[in-house]
Amino acid sequence: MNYIPNILFATALFFGIGFFAKNIKKLVRNIRLGKTVDTSDNKAERWKNMINIALGQSKIVRRPVSGVLHVIVYAGFVIINIEVMEIVIDGLFGTHRIFAEVLPHSIYGFLIGSFEILSLLVLVSVTVFWIRRNVIKIARFWKSEMTSWPKNDGNYILYFEMVLMSLFLIMNATDLHFQAMDSGNLISQFIAPLFSGLSDGTLHVIERAAWWIHIVGILVFLNYLYYSKHLHILLAFPNTFYASVKPKGEMNNLEAVTKEVMMMMDPNADPFAMPEEAEDEEVPEKFGASDVRDLNWVQLMGAYTCTECGRCTSSCPANLTGKTLSPRKIMMDTRDRLEEVGKNIDSNKGAFVDDGKQLLDDYISREELWACTTCNACVEECPVSISPLSIILEMRRYLVMEQSAAPAELNNMMGNIENNGAPWPYNQMDRLNWVNEN
Amino acid sequence: MNDILKVPTMAEFMAEGKQPEILFWVGSAGSFDDRAKKITKSFVKILNAIDVKFAVLGTEESCTGDAAKRSGNEFLFQMQAVTNIEILNAYEVKRIVTACPHSYNTLKNEYPSLGGKYEVYHHTEYLKGLIEEGRLKVQQEAFKGKRITFHDPCYLGRANEVYEAPRDLIASLGVDLIEMKRHKRTALCCGAGGAQMFKEPEQGNMDINILRTEDALKTDPNIIATGCPYCNTMMTDGVKFKEKEDSIQVLDIAELIAASNKW
Repeated sequence: MNYIPNILFATALFFGIGFFAKNIKKLVRNIRLGKTVDTSDNKAERWKNMINIALGQSKIVRRPVSGVLHVIVYAGFVIINIEVMEIVIDGLFGTHRIFAEVLPHSIYGFLIGSFEILSLLVLVSVTVFWIRRNVIKIARFWKSEMTSWPKNDGNYILYFEMVLMSLFLIMNATDLHFQAMDSGNLISQFIAPLFSGLSDGTLHVIERAAWWIHIVGILVFLNYLYYSKHLHILLAFPNTFYASVKPKGEMNNLEAVTKEVMMMMDPNADPFAMPEEAEDEEVPEKFGASDVRDLNWVQLMGAYTCTECGRCTSSCPANLTGKTLSPRKIMMDTRDRLEEVGKNIDSNKGAFVDDGKQLLDDYISREELWACTTCNACVEECPVSISPLSIILEMRRYLVMEQSAAPAELNNMMGNIENNGAPWPYNQMDRLNWVNEN
Repeated sequence: MNDILKVPTMAEFMAEGKQPEILFWVGSAGSFDDRAKKITKSFVKILNAIDVKFAVLGTEESCTGDAAKRSGNEFLFQMQAVTNIEILNAYEVKRIVTACPHSYNTLKNEYPSLGGKYEVYHHTEYLKGLIEEGRLKVQQEAFKGKRITFHDPCYLGRANEVYEAPRDLIASLGVDLIEMKRHKRTALCCGAGGAQMFKEPEQGNMDINILRTEDALKTDPNIIATGCPYCNTMMTDGVKFKEKEDSIQVLDIAELIAASNKW
């Protein structure tokens, strides 16, 4: 017996999965660089969101064309992976189409037939996706943040899928034994004639080659995820689970601020009192976010989850009117900076060494932050429940509370609120004058 | 109908040892902005006409802090919130209605964890409730044949998912609502939220309120209805920019209801 293919296969599988696991560990470590956030509320609602939005694709279909195509690719991805189980067993044990032997022919045929139909549908869908990106040039794929790597990344993923689906069909078409079964070869029977002039030996070689390239391709694709926007296929699930379940308009009240405000408002508090021992130990809290580690881990996970579809940006009033703000770029910048911080930690034996950079200014400009109307259109649109708005707010908090760097007009407005209890310079005592005015 | 508004304050109710049915939170725009004051008065006219026992805080009311919070000034927001909550709780306020979605959102969602827990209604929700209770009846002659479109305020719509109350009120006028292409959860912001009202916009190729006004103009409306004083300002400016102010009015739902009943 010749065990070399089995050993080769096991090795490929080991390294493919091992390398992926290593990157996932890094991913989790990076996400954990974020602050803790309480996500223990409303468990039932959270499960419901995950099931509806991630598993059930409920938000993606709001835009019907790309939505339906996406559902096809998603269903194809999930269902065709059953076939990967067979491939893995065959590869490890040197069997050939093991499921055909253990399952009744009709069931095996039904399964493979479904996979074949799905793979053809996926092939068509990703081709339409490619056309939308590169021929029709839909605006959201051609915004300023979508050049170089992000643009190529989007296309590479489509090429990957095209090649993997084609290989699956070719593998079936050139499998004489499978074609002879004549059950489940719904699509591949029409591809088989293309190879009709070839000898059985040549066909076998093509079949084997397609089989090998297909499974190795899947392993390569698996490892491509970490470097790509395509991580959403995994992270969409936790992201929709951990996303806020509060009304979109509700912005969190900072507890550290509440403590100070309560003390200031307490008429019995002694302003000259020495801080108590225990409080003395506390590290002074930094308000808001100037870098990724000031954000919470759900926000950081959102950055890795973002698949750069740009639905947020295409509905952002600031972006639609030509401002530099793009909610998608906020997420992409957060991820890029987080990756940079992660690499910094890796190359400095587990400790971050100040690199003189931060998310604010080096990635996200103040102009972008101040252009936001907090309208929640981006949050509403995101098919995987990311909130770019929450990051914008944290960064504004840093600018205002740590840097006193609000635009002058906003400082005027805030001064008015502070002095007169209204954003305009009117006296609070005049607040009821409207009753007697004409 | 006489123009003398009855606007009792909480202090007056308190002095008589009574509680109003509801507190009307006027808000800073509703108190000081000339256009918004008309909305405030229209809403009060409705309440007066059907004898709703309401009160205002009057000079004891202070900005909710919405714009400060969204600018990033959490300190100022919480100072405002805690001050307001102290007064509201001292008067044992249970129910609040406001014609400003920003006040509405803040009072409803951001005050509870600071100790201010109230039933909060946007005036469109409250008016709809009054109709359902049979207390408010809307005459249907005034706007017959008019084309009305509705601009969803972000802090009423997406932020709090109140989409139907304002639409039901427009339907009560006996007119057909003509929806803009972007409406309800896909509605475009007027450009005023997140404290943008108080600053010049960043460099771009147009102002947001102009883009939103263009959305509205595509429905060929006689009236652009909305439910927010800031949206009202932005849309009014947009209509002026398009030189359509002679043919298109920008009105709050409360103004529509009050005008329909000739109050």
